[in-house]
Amino acid sequence: MATYTEYPPKGYRVRMSTYWWLGKWPYLKFTLREISSVFVAWFVIETLLQINALIGGPAAYTEFQDFFRNPLVIALNVISLFFVVFHTFTWFNLAPKAMAVRMGGKRVPNILISGPNYAAWVVVSAVLAWLLLRG
Amino acid sequence: MAEQIAVEVTRFSPERDKTPSIQSFDVPLRKEWVVLDALNYIKDKVDGSLSFRWSCRMGVCGSCGMMVNGEPKLTCATFLTDYAPGPVRIEPLKNFPVMRDLIVEINDFLGKLSKVKPWIIRQKEKPVTEGEYLQTPEQLDTYKQFSMCINCLLCYAACPVYGLDPMFSGPAALALAQRYNMDSRDEGKEERMDILSQHDGIWGCTFVGECTQVCPKHVDPAGAIQQYKLTATQEWFKSFIMPKGAK
Repeated sequence: MATYTEYPPKGYRVRMSTYWWLGKWPYLKFTLREISSVFVAWFVIETLLQINALIGGPAAYTEFQDFFRNPLVIALNVISLFFVVFHTFTWFNLAPKAMAVRMGGKRVPNILISGPNYAAWVVVSAVLAWLLLRG
Repeated sequence: MAEQIAVEVTRFSPERDKTPSIQSFDVPLRKEWVVLDALNYIKDKVDGSLSFRWSCRMGVCGSCGMMVNGEPKLTCATFLTDYAPGPVRIEPLKNFPVMRDLIVEINDFLGKLSKVKPWIIRQKEKPVTEGEYLQTPEQLDTYKQFSMCINCLLCYAACPVYGLDPMFSGPAALALAQRYNMDSRDEGKEERMDILSQHDGIWGCTFVGECTQVCPKHVDPAGAIQQYKLTATQEWFKSFIMPKGAK
């Protein structure tokens, strides 16, 4: 039989599963977005290694190029590129949320915040591609 | 016989049960019925001991938030037919302790809400004879979206940060703080800053963004928090450059 309790128990708490982020696409997407920072960091380290090899002279640079030809490194870089692009898209799409710019008493549409970001990305990429690929 | 839908409801009695269980009821599937109607049908016709909170039936009071098939929903605004042929599972709001059946304990939120001082703070109140604090429609528009919050706590149920770290102030409390920060009549930004810019305040948020997705009033708590992160960062820089003149 149920009895009256003056101070009700604190209630039943459900512990969150360790795998909570697998249950729902938005949570998984968020987790992937957070993980993408690791791959961004990897690209930064790679660039620093490349500059270091460049300073080290032709022999060091050839060694560095050999390291890059390793299929495992190529695979890692392909995965990293995917995550860095994913990171960029999610970052630019979220930017309008954080920037509530008001003009003429109205909030500026999202596209005017994310648009210039995308445009700058395309321009910088095009300039870099031109610099690197012009032969 | 009219069409039926199976409604699976969480049952929990703190005096009797160690863990919650699921009980299934057959409820008439009517076009105009929302999930809350199904719960009231069960309480009135089948089992009067079923406990749940509700009040206005029209998405204003914010009492009837529950998990419907795993999603935080206002049960008064969620149609049964959308879940046909069923079954549809109704559970108490996630991330809160369950008191009985579908009722959760929300004192934690109420404490956090009052901590962020969600009211207009004036450094010096002017006498009533001088009239109201006036505001233009444009000034109202800057914070109006954040003022639509009905404290239904769907955002807390959707927030994994709050689920993992109960110390986090949470979406609704932070959005409401921002609502008063942006109010042209308010002078309490600095008072709130110390509370909001703590680790458990805005910096606890990792921008999952689900709070905004589930909000039935389109408040956009995620946006409010990110906007405040920008403000807090600017203030930090200002105090860094001008240690004395910033405040």
